Amino acid sequence: MAKLTQEDILHLAKLSRLELSEDEIVQFQQEISTILSYVEELQSVDVSKLTPTTQVTGLRSVTRPDEIRQLPYSQTELFMNTPETENGYIKVKRVLS
Amino acid sequence: MSGAKWKPLDVIAQDVQSGKVTAKELVEASFGYIEQAKEYKAIISVCRERALDRAKEIDARQQQGERLGRLAGVPFIAKDNFLTLGGATTAASNILNNFNAPYQATVIDRLEAEGAICVAKANLDAFAHGSSTENSDWFTTKNPHDKSRVPGGSSGGSAAAVALELAPFALGTDTGGSIRQPAAFCGIVGLKPSYGLLSRNGVIAMASSTDVIGPLARSVADAALVVDVAAGKDEWDGTTIDRAAEPYTKLEEFSLSGKKVALISEYFPESLPTEIKDATKQAIEKMTALGATIEEISLPSLPLSLACYYVIGPAEISSNLARYDGQRYGHVSSEAESLEEAYTKSRSEGFGSEAKRRIMIGTYVLSSGFYDAYYRRAQQVRTKLINEFNQAFEEYDLLIGPTAPTTAFKIGENTKDPMQMYLSDVMTVAANLTGVPAISLPSGTAEDKLPIGLQLIAPQNHDRKLLGYAKEIEEALK
Repeated sequence: MAKLTQEDILHLAKLSRLELSEDEIVQFQQEISTILSYVEELQSVDVSKLTPTTQVTGLRSVTRPDEIRQLPYSQTELFMNTPETENGYIKVKRVLS
Repeated sequence: MSGAKWKPLDVIAQDVQSGKVTAKELVEASFGYIEQAKEYKAIISVCRERALDRAKEIDARQQQGERLGRLAGVPFIAKDNFLTLGGATTAASNILNNFNAPYQATVIDRLEAEGAICVAKANLDAFAHGSSTENSDWFTTKNPHDKSRVPGGSSGGSAAAVALELAPFALGTDTGGSIRQPAAFCGIVGLKPSYGLLSRNGVIAMASSTDVIGPLARSVADAALVVDVAAGKDEWDGTTIDRAAEPYTKLEEFSLSGKKVALISEYFPESLPTEIKDATKQAIEKMTALGATIEEISLPSLPLSLACYYVIGPAEISSNLARYDGQRYGHVSSEAESLEEAYTKSRSEGFGSEAKRRIMIGTYVLSSGFYDAYYRRAQQVRTKLINEFNQAFEEYDLLIGPTAPTTAFKIGENTKDPMQMYLSDVMTVAANLTGVPAISLPSGTAEDKLPIGLQLIAPQNHDRKLLGYAKEIEEALK
């Protein structure tokens, strides 16, 4: 189950929006297969009566009042790390080629 | 590694308040220590200007006779995955090279409100993925006790900085052991509070359901003071919990006398190095002398905790790292022609191997067809672990064991085999999966002078109790 092929790695890379070198493909194929074999031991557990834990605080649907508030930073400050902006918007590359 | 450069945190603050020493002198002393200890590479950047400005302001207020706060003038170092003003925040990753935070982490704001001053940002494994700082995209930090060894990780820079006393305390993050393991490797105190006790707002996310923030310090009392200042609900982090009604610094009521303590047998295997066994046994003797009854118990699912963590962790990491797309902030590829290419190239150029590996594992375990077999199953095993801890705490007040299965390993020793590196978290991850508080205390040194850590684990949200027992044990171990 856990032995991944090079095609599997390329598919995962595509889903993850990563581009891998030839060396990385070989390296990750081996390493990720090893790690997945290790986590295989979870398959031995009888989980039929166990509900999944997604969080540990027991808090549910924490909300705040839906009000407009002053934030401690401006739009300019929030954009100071943005590579390209135009008229107060983030400028991205074209979507369709 | 010589005598104490800093007084306890509360004493430093009193000295600043009374005018015995100025905040400026303290900050400059810290800068001096950082400069002298450069060879250890604990620090990524120094927040010189902002720290001096803040010191000046505090000293001016002192002159006016104002009340300055419980950490007045106390310099501290933050792991470089805390957003701070006055310099870059990089998470030790190329993808955040030159990132300047527009706001600060809540915890930094709360410490500052009591007069503490952030003087520098500490090294870490990039995005806190690792156990040695060797995954830092900048450099590897050296262990203050042996320069050929790692300081542990991922908060290795913070741990080394405190052991070197570059500042009297540091902040770290602990997702699977990243505060406790380096604290053990560097011979200091490292606290992982209960999940949700300290706000994660403004701290770069790794695995959101297990990430916690905590102090690395030279004593339990110092760690307790930092928690007391920083803990509690934050409207910017919906997962924060209420703090205890009583202060985290008021610990006199806690005594091990008449209490039941359990050594976790899964954390005490035959294969454990003799010196770590001996240090643990010695601590047990001291606890017995304090009046505690020590027994050994088994938590049978504990051996599954690392596998559980290496499914849940990467799953959450892959989601959290999806935000690095080269569009809003962070590294952007100059090669890209289309938006899709900009995502892929920016991420491929910006992320290091470990981040890529974890993103792909996370993507795999969350993908359709594998979700039930891996992710859902790991969450179910997580429930089993929680049940076993709850059961143990019905009978015992405190669980103990070593913090790590080895002392600090050699730089380069585990870098070729990621699985080997992951195994150094084997004794720490369960506390993250279950949300319970845990602390690592220095419990002696091995023959080669390398520190050994003792881990104490208390029931969820009993952080005061944990700190109280830890303080008593710390005293007994001196």
